[in-house]
Amino acid sequence: MTWDSELKSRAEEPAGGEELDPALKQALGDFKASVHAWSDAVYAKPRKARKVTERKSWRLAAGWSLTALLIAGTLSGGFYEHHQRVVAAQLAAQRATEQQRRAEIEQAKKQAQEEEEMLASVDTAVSREVPAAMEPLAQLSEESESR
Amino acid sequence: MAACSTVNAMTMARAEDAALDFSNVVRSHRPQIFRFLLASTRDLDLAETLTQECFLKAHRNWASFRGESSAMTWLMRIAINLQKDHWRNRRMQFWRQATTNSVDLDEASDWLPGRDCSQERQLLARERVGQVWRAVEQLSERQRTVFLLRYVEEMELAEIAATTGLSEGTIKAHLSRALARVRTELGGRQ
Repeated sequence: MTWDSELKSRAEEPAGGEELDPALKQALGDFKASVHAWSDAVYAKPRKARKVTERKSWRLAAGWSLTALLIAGTLSGGFYEHHQRVVAAQLAAQRATEQQRRAEIEQAKKQAQEEEEMLASVDTAVSREVPAAMEPLAQLSEESESR
Repeated sequence: MAACSTVNAMTMARAEDAALDFSNVVRSHRPQIFRFLLASTRDLDLAETLTQECFLKAHRNWASFRGESSAMTWLMRIAINLQKDHWRNRRMQFWRQATTNSVDLDEASDWLPGRDCSQERQLLARERVGQVWRAVEQLSERQRTVFLLRYVEEMELAEIAATTGLSEGTIKAHLSRALARVRTELGGRQ
């Protein structure tokens, strides 16, 4: 069937009750003829089913590999992040313990020094020089002690 | 014994007749089913796969086909349901949408019958076909199905109703909207 005869036959076809203007009828006729031509050409062409299957299986494998890679990446990233956080928390805890220990040592030292200073001040406050009048008695007590 | 062998022979003959009937149905209707699916999907591989699935399903249910509708109507109904199932599954598995093999609209518009007319007429026809394709792409799934059955497969409204399970009124409404879309597309580009 030639192009002109096809167009003519299409123009004469009933439109199923719809009132179609000539331009629309022409466009629909061209569209139908185009789809028929395309389908006939594709249908007549031998298909390589094996090739399609291979491509599909390759795509499937690639898709699964990519998905597995993404999941593995996400999981390992998550694990790494978690591990980093745990290590950081441990270090911070160690640092805090060390600081507390140092503060306690400092506190103890300070306390000891204060006590020493207090005892020294008590010593100086309590002890007095022996008056001159008592000097002979002091000498006697020293002698008796040496004996 | 003789009666038993006669029954067996009759059963075998009936099965052979059914197989012969079915192969005739395949031979006569396969191109049309393929064409409808190709126009619906614009995907050669998908159209081929769905056509094969359609006839596989038809073969499995061939014994239950009572001939209440024509074989074409029955097969087209199976094809439409398979296509619906396919798109439903595709929507759910959204990442597969990237692997679509749909043919480009311009490429689909390149197909025209006969090359015995002038270059200018061919160019005009190609332009019109492209415009209709663009309009078809914008239609809903149901509108597209009804439009293709009416204007590509040239089915009557009653046949479309039997195929899709829609009332004739609904089909007319879908066709009207589809034609309005085509008119807009043609008007906008002319």
